[in-house]
Amino acid sequence: MTQFLQYTLQGLAAGGFYALAALGLAVIFGVLGVVNFSHGACYMLGAMISALLLQHFGLGFWPALVIVPVIMFVIGVLVERLLVQWLLKLDPLYNFLLTFGLTLLTVDIMKRQFGVSSLKYEVPAGLTGRVSFGSVDLSVYQMFAAAFAVLVCLAVWMILTKTRVGMIVRAATEDPERSRALGINVARWVTPVFGFGIALAGLSGVLAAPYRAINADMGTNFIIILFAIVVIGGLGSILGAVVAGFLVGLVEAYGQGYYGQLSQVLIFVLMAAVVLIRPAGLFGREEAA
Amino acid sequence: MRHTKMISLAALVASSGLVLSACGSSAGGGPSSDGGKISDDKVVLGLLNDQSGVYKDLSGPNSKVAIQMAIDDYKAKYGDKAVAKKIEIVMADHQNKPDIANSKAQEMYDRDKADIILDVPTSSAGLAVATQAKAKKKVYINIGAGTTALTGAQCNKYTFHWAYDTAMLAAGTAGGIVEGGGKNWSIVYPDYAFGQDMNKSFTAAVEKADGKVQQSIATPFPNDNFATFITKAESSKPDVMGIMAAGGDLVNFVKQFNQAGLQGKTQLAVGLMFITDIHSLGVDQFQGTQFTDAWYWNFDDQNRKWADRFQEKTQTRPSFAHAGNYSAALNYLEAIQAAGTDDADAVVKELEGKKINDVFLRNGEVRAADHNVTHDVYLAEVKSKAEVKEDWDYEKIVKTIPAANAYAAPSGTCTM
Repeated sequence: MTQFLQYTLQGLAAGGFYALAALGLAVIFGVLGVVNFSHGACYMLGAMISALLLQHFGLGFWPALVIVPVIMFVIGVLVERLLVQWLLKLDPLYNFLLTFGLTLLTVDIMKRQFGVSSLKYEVPAGLTGRVSFGSVDLSVYQMFAAAFAVLVCLAVWMILTKTRVGMIVRAATEDPERSRALGINVARWVTPVFGFGIALAGLSGVLAAPYRAINADMGTNFIIILFAIVVIGGLGSILGAVVAGFLVGLVEAYGQGYYGQLSQVLIFVLMAAVVLIRPAGLFGREEAA
Repeated sequence: MRHTKMISLAALVASSGLVLSACGSSAGGGPSSDGGKISDDKVVLGLLNDQSGVYKDLSGPNSKVAIQMAIDDYKAKYGDKAVAKKIEIVMADHQNKPDIANSKAQEMYDRDKADIILDVPTSSAGLAVATQAKAKKKVYINIGAGTTALTGAQCNKYTFHWAYDTAMLAAGTAGGIVEGGGKNWSIVYPDYAFGQDMNKSFTAAVEKADGKVQQSIATPFPNDNFATFITKAESSKPDVMGIMAAGGDLVNFVKQFNQAGLQGKTQLAVGLMFITDIHSLGVDQFQGTQFTDAWYWNFDDQNRKWADRFQEKTQTRPSFAHAGNYSAALNYLEAIQAAGTDDADAVVKELEGKKINDVFLRNGEVRAADHNVTHDVYLAEVKSKAEVKEDWDYEKIVKTIPAANAYAAPSGTCTM
C-alpha cells in the first residue's frame, strides 16, 4: 500500500510537469489550428538556454524562469511572422511539416554548436532534499515543479476564459471573418498567442533542467509523449491537456512500478483506447470531429 | 474534417514513438592487393568512428591526434631503419550506424588503400566492420565497441579487440564492489541488446563473487523519467544500485537518483561510464559512483606524461579510447617493423600472443585464441569536489584488477 501511494505521488508530480509541457501545444492548436511539431525542440531550447545562462552569465534557475520564456516568446513571434502565418490558410499538414523541418534544423544546429554531451545544471538551493507525507516522500524540487506547473496552467486557463483579452483571442480564432467585421484586428492576436505557446514550451524546459539530461536530443522523445497527452485530452483543450497530463503521469508511474518496460507502451494503449471511444479526446469538441 | 485530420495526424505522430527501425548490413567481398614489402609504398591507417554523435567527445576526431602521436613515436624510434617510411591517416564518420560503418569500411580498404581500420565504437557498427575485415583480409583493431561477440561467435583472423568489453566491465565493477562489501544489488537496465547483455554479465559477475542480485528492472529506451524505477529498485534496500544506461539516459538516471536522496546512502555502480560523462555533468552529481575504467590519464607518471603531450595538441585530457587508439596504432606499426612488411597475414602473426607493456596496456597480452587484448583494468570512484585538484582530475583508483581476473577465458565460440 505504501508502495502504491508512493507511486501515485510520483505520478502526480510527473503529471503536473507533463500538463505544463503539453499546455503550449494545446494553446497553439486551440487558437491557431497548428500542430506544432517543434514543441519538443522549444522545450529543449528552454533547458539549453537555462544551462547556457548559468554557464556564461552566472544566471541561475530563478532568473532563468523569467528570462527564458521572454526569449522564447520572441523566437515564437519571429517564427510565426516569418514562416507559420503564410501557411495558416493551407492544409494543416503544411505547418506540421514546416515545424517538423524546424525541429530537425534546431536540433542539428544545437548539436553542432554545443556537442552531444549533457550540459551541467544543479537543483536550485532551497529546493533540495526530500519532503515526507507520512509513509511516502518526494523530492522538494519535483513537488515545486509540479505545483508551479499547475499554477501556470490555471492562470492560462483563467486568462483565456475569464478575461476580455481571452475572449477576443478566442473570437478572433474561432470566427476570424466575423471578428474582423466587428473591428477586431485578428492578425494582431494570432502572433502573440503563438509566441505565448512557445514561451510555455521554454518554461517547461527551464523546469526540466534540474532533473533531466540537458542535450540537443532531450525533446526528441519527449514530443511523442506530449502528442499522446494532447490527443488523450482532446486537441486544443486546455483542461484536457491538464487532466491528460496527470493521467499520463500516473499511468507511467504505475507502469514503472508494476510493469517495468511496458511503462511507455501503456501510455499509448491509453491513447488508443481514448481515441477509439472518444475520437476527439476526453475534452475535445465532439461536433468538430 | 480539418479537425479530424489533425487529430489523426497528432495520433500518428504519437504512435510513431512505438515504431522501431532496423538497420541491415551486407557484407561485400573484394580482392586484396599485396605487392612487395609495403603495399602501395605506404601504410594507411584508417580511423572510423563517431565524429558528430554521442561518442564524439569520448573518441572522435581527437583519436586522430592520438594515432598521429603513435606515428611520430614510431618514426622517432626507428628513423631510417623504419620499414614503414610513408604513413598516412584517413578518417571517416560512421554516425554509429552499422550500414554506414559497413560502406565506409569498404571504401577505406578498397579506395583509400587502408591497411588497418581502428576504433569503431557502437557494437553493431563494430561487428559490421569485422565482417569487412574478414572479407578483405585486412587488419582491424576495435577500441571503442564493447560487445564480446568481436572475440566470440563473430571473431575472425584479422580482427582484434583492444581496450574493453562488457564482460570485463562486469567482472571489474561487480566483482570489485562485492568484494568491498556491496553484496546485495538492484540492477536497472535499458531493455535493448546492450542493456540486456550488461544485465546478464553483471548478474553473473555479482553471483560469481558471492553477491546477490535482488532485482533486475528493465526500463524503456530511451527514457526520461526514472523516478518510480528508482523507488522500486530501492525498495529491496540494496547495498548497491547498478545502472546500465548510457549517454542522456544515464544523466537522467543519476540526476533523479540524487534527488531521491540516495547519493551517499546507496552505492551507485555504473555499467559503462567514460570520463567525458563525468566532465559533462560535473563531479558533484557523480560523486562516490564506482565504475571500471580501462585506463586513467592521472593514474601514474607514465600516463600523465602521455596525457600532457596529448593536451598540448588538443587542449583536453585523453579518455581511455584515445590512449587505446594510440597503443593499437603503435603496436600495429611495431608489428610491421618486426614482420618487415605490411602484409596482413604476416602482421597478424606478429601480433598474436604478443605480450605488451606500454602506456595503455599493463600486463597486456594479445590472446592468440580469440584476439582479445587483455590487460590490467581499474575499479574507479568519482572524487568529491574537494578532492579535485585540477581539470579532469575526477577519479580515484580503488583497486587495480589484474588482467586474469578482469577478462573471461576465451569463450570457445570463436573459430578463426
